[in-house]
Amino acid sequence: MTKFNTLLKSIGLATALMTAGSAFATDITGAGATFPYPIYAKWAEAYKAKTGVGMNYQSIGSGGGIKQIVAKTVDFGASDMPLTPEALAKDGLMQFPAVMGGVVPVINVNGIEAGQLKLDGKVLAEIYLGKITKWNDPAIVALNAGAKLPDEAITVVHRSDGSGTTFIFTNYLSKVSTDWKSTVGEGTAVSWKVGTGGKGNEGVASYVQRIKNSIGYVEYAYALQNKMNHTQMQNREGQFVKPDDTSFKAAAAGADWEHAPGFYELLTNEPGKASWPITGATFILMHKVQDKPESAHAVLSFFDWAYSNGSEMAAALDYVPMPEKVQKLVRAAWKKEIKGGDGKAVWK
Amino acid sequence: MPPLVFSVFTFTATQNSIPTMPTFLRYARLKLQNWPDILFRVITRISAFSVLILLAAIIVSLIIGSLPAIKAFGFNFLSSTEWDPVTDQFGALVPIVGTLVTAGIALVIAVPVSFGIALFLTELSPRWLRRPLGVAVELLAGIPSIIYGMWGLFVFAPLFGDYVEPWINSHIGSMPLIGPFFSGPPMGIGILTAGIILAIMVIPFIASVMRDVFEVVPALLKESAYGLGATTWEVMWNVVLPYTKIGVVGGIMLGLGRALGETMAVTFVIGNAHSLNASLLMPGNSISSALANEFNEAVGELYTSALIELGLILFFITFVVLTLARFMLYKLAKREGKVA
Repeated sequence: MTKFNTLLKSIGLATALMTAGSAFATDITGAGATFPYPIYAKWAEAYKAKTGVGMNYQSIGSGGGIKQIVAKTVDFGASDMPLTPEALAKDGLMQFPAVMGGVVPVINVNGIEAGQLKLDGKVLAEIYLGKITKWNDPAIVALNAGAKLPDEAITVVHRSDGSGTTFIFTNYLSKVSTDWKSTVGEGTAVSWKVGTGGKGNEGVASYVQRIKNSIGYVEYAYALQNKMNHTQMQNREGQFVKPDDTSFKAAAAGADWEHAPGFYELLTNEPGKASWPITGATFILMHKVQDKPESAHAVLSFFDWAYSNGSEMAAALDYVPMPEKVQKLVRAAWKKEIKGGDGKAVWK
Repeated sequence: MPPLVFSVFTFTATQNSIPTMPTFLRYARLKLQNWPDILFRVITRISAFSVLILLAAIIVSLIIGSLPAIKAFGFNFLSSTEWDPVTDQFGALVPIVGTLVTAGIALVIAVPVSFGIALFLTELSPRWLRRPLGVAVELLAGIPSIIYGMWGLFVFAPLFGDYVEPWINSHIGSMPLIGPFFSGPPMGIGILTAGIILAIMVIPFIASVMRDVFEVVPALLKESAYGLGATTWEVMWNVVLPYTKIGVVGGIMLGLGRALGETMAVTFVIGNAHSLNASLLMPGNSISSALANEFNEAVGELYTSALIELGLILFFITFVVLTLARFMLYKLAKREGKVA
């Protein structure tokens, strides 16, 4: 019995210690999108080394991130799909873009050199609608004079899980094709007309590499790391562009952030001769009225530091940092919109 | 400590019997002498009942979670092939069919193979080979399903797509009646691949149960049959199998249960497309892989609720399958009783 009692006591003590430990911790907690997880983790590691403040980010998906921040179980939520100003107002949230990336179509077609196939939005939409079914369809041939396109059926690959990547991709197709907009629409998950679903960027990447004559879409970083054959896209100005950080930055620069309420800005089909048409930002969500102003301040300090010092780390992982002009706007929004319970601004 | 035991004791007493004087006295004596026994009995009883309570709690929470979808779609949910998160239209037919068909393919392949493994291990194999082979089969059962999934996607699917599916297409795909089930682009992933991977996963379960029950057949029975001049096959088919059929059916049901609920391995190779195709070579979807794929990012009440209803349906299918299995065994036992 005494042994048992001692055991009980020590368990109790351990539990008490653990609770006390978490109560005194100043770590920031966040949850949401999986796409920016690698860069958030990298930033968190560097930030902890410098300031001692840790950041605990759970990449549970954008949908989960939105649910968690609404329920106030985390200090910030993260979503690849920006919330509309109305949705933000409903839950008393504000959002700001953290980092950008691009979505690129990838193909596996014999006889086509990497980065050589040219597509435009309309053709891409028709392939994904199942209207263009062969690689030597006249519409593809017309864009690729001189290329040797095989007389083979196109196998379409898409995401099987809900995803911000899919949102950016379908948002672009909705902008360039009325057919797409009326039959499929945009969203993190949609009702695909044709094709096979791969789970995650890595699932789509491996399906495309595996299946001959296939086409898919992945985050730029995945295409790069897997050395996949990506396509060129025709942008709004009629130029064919290659996906790289210059063309992503051009798309971000073309965006009109100043007049986008709640930073609700989708970077697809942006103007600018060098703009990559399928670009998107990933967003951070926070409550406008903070019960714990000190943890909100810790979150903002983290992202302030990441804006100023995290660009190189972002570039190393093939993300695109936010342009300085946008950073300024975001900091101004922090000052204006995030307040403590007493009505005082959290960020000064 | 003592007060706790006392309260436990009263709990048992009131539960077990009408509190008359002699019973009470009996328990009082028990209390003095055997309180660890009582404690033990109560603990085991709580453990047993907690299973029932958990089961009920799971069903209730699944039903509550799926209420919005049930209200919105009714029975139409079961027959609709629509799955459109953008317009909030959901139907479960595609994943239900995918689940049943993949599990069916798995059993069609796994049952004969498992029977062969068990037959070889118990009757034909040289004695020195039995142990290593038996251990190998059991090891297969211990491999995590994600490994099967990755192996399926990166090793099996390419080989299957490059060498087997073109052959299936040209030889079986053109046959009348069954042709349409076996024609389609040779992608290597799809319903058939998922069924085959599932078969590989359930073979160790079915085979090891079959081997275990074959081993308990009394030597007397088998040797009598051999003595009468029966061949090995005749002994297996007419003596061993009838003697062990309850165990064999139990093993098959265990495999079927696993095949119905398997998630990761199927998600990797089934193709995850919400579309209904006659061809087994085309991508499809199963209930568990739809859940694994979409639950994380499901936004909106109706979407989440439709996914939970899928879970409820899977629960129901598994329940029906197990009940049917029990019923079959009951029938078998009853018929035997009459014959004897």
